[in-house]
Amino acid sequence: MCTTCGCGVGQTRINGKTVQSQQRTDASLRFRPLQSGHVHSHEHVPSSVANPQTPGTIDFGVGIAGTHAPGMSQTRMVKIERDILAKNNQYADENRQYLAERGIFALNLVSSPGSGKTTLLVKTIEMLRDRFPIAVIEGDQQTDHDAARIRATGVPALQINTGKGCHLDAHMIGQALQQLPLQQNSLLFIENVGNLVCPSGFDLGEAHKVVILSVTEGEDKPLKYPDMFHAADLMLLNKCDLLPYLTFDVNQAIAYAQRIHPGLPVMQISATKGSGMQEWIDWIMAGCHRAAAISHTAQALDSRFG
Amino acid sequence: MHELSLAENILQQIEDAAQTQQFHRVKTVWLEIGELACVEQESLRFFFAVVTEDSIARQAKLEITGIAGQAVCNDCHRTLLITALYQACPHCGSYALQITQGDEMRIRELEVE
Repeated sequence: MCTTCGCGVGQTRINGKTVQSQQRTDASLRFRPLQSGHVHSHEHVPSSVANPQTPGTIDFGVGIAGTHAPGMSQTRMVKIERDILAKNNQYADENRQYLAERGIFALNLVSSPGSGKTTLLVKTIEMLRDRFPIAVIEGDQQTDHDAARIRATGVPALQINTGKGCHLDAHMIGQALQQLPLQQNSLLFIENVGNLVCPSGFDLGEAHKVVILSVTEGEDKPLKYPDMFHAADLMLLNKCDLLPYLTFDVNQAIAYAQRIHPGLPVMQISATKGSGMQEWIDWIMAGCHRAAAISHTAQALDSRFG
Repeated sequence: MHELSLAENILQQIEDAAQTQQFHRVKTVWLEIGELACVEQESLRFFFAVVTEDSIARQAKLEITGIAGQAVCNDCHRTLLITALYQACPHCGSYALQITQGDEMRIRELEVE
């Protein structure tokens, strides 16, 4: 763990097992300012001026001028011109291709904690498990409670613990795909970490992000956390059976969401009571049929021309 | 907190470039961050300093260029500047805006030796 802020990627776990780092193994330990991991030479920075205990210090009075003669600097410019998340997007593309080849329809479920994602998943699985093979990837910072709830329905589930991490990324999903028993023409649910901010920017290779908002939250959440509603392709308004007891304004919530994302489809459901669930099930089934048809067409072309 | 992941991604790309372009120290990193991108610049600066501590980009200067948010109104078809996703078109009041610029997060170039 980083001693400066407590962050760390070393705590990511899949089903309790440490995840192989996506960093090269010959690289130094970047998050721990310990001497053991310090393989780079810093002799060009006089220790009297650049104190290694103050990582935030940027001192331009030292460095190359200390060891290089004026005018002899090797400084040059290197063009990068790449998206910061290019690596994640590359892993996401690989995941998307892997899923497409197998006709797997993958959904990334995102919401704040407590919106009812896992309950919704359990109910959805109960309604669909006789029609499609289903698998689930569960993302939480800690515990495998959610995966256990999913496994109780009889479908395979893999728990990713992100440790201190606040979202799933495409590299984690790529590793999970290798470990899950995924069948041809099946359905994959990815339940992201409960967080309405960070997961919005990370493509996992899914077909759609589905954002879940529950009526026990504020109707202005789409305005407060716009990125997620902007990134999602479908919004589920959950716990609608509780509306008689609340002051939640459904029309206002939908208007706010569509202000952020014009044309965003919204379904009003209650996972516990079952209202609206059939519309959601039909939407998933249409997606599954589409994924299977595309994979089937690709295979037919491969066998003809491959 | 996802700024930590972004900082890690920046460092990875710097290290990839170091191998292909043969440099051993990074002095300055230029980023382009759109105003509509989900990035807190101060947080990104903090995490960049943390993750680069034991790397070739140690103590590198981070130069961030902001890119204004721009959108086209789907109703009146005019181009406008926006600073948030929930804004309405100032000309016709419509919320049907198509973002054309300002959600990017790019590494532009590096000063290296």
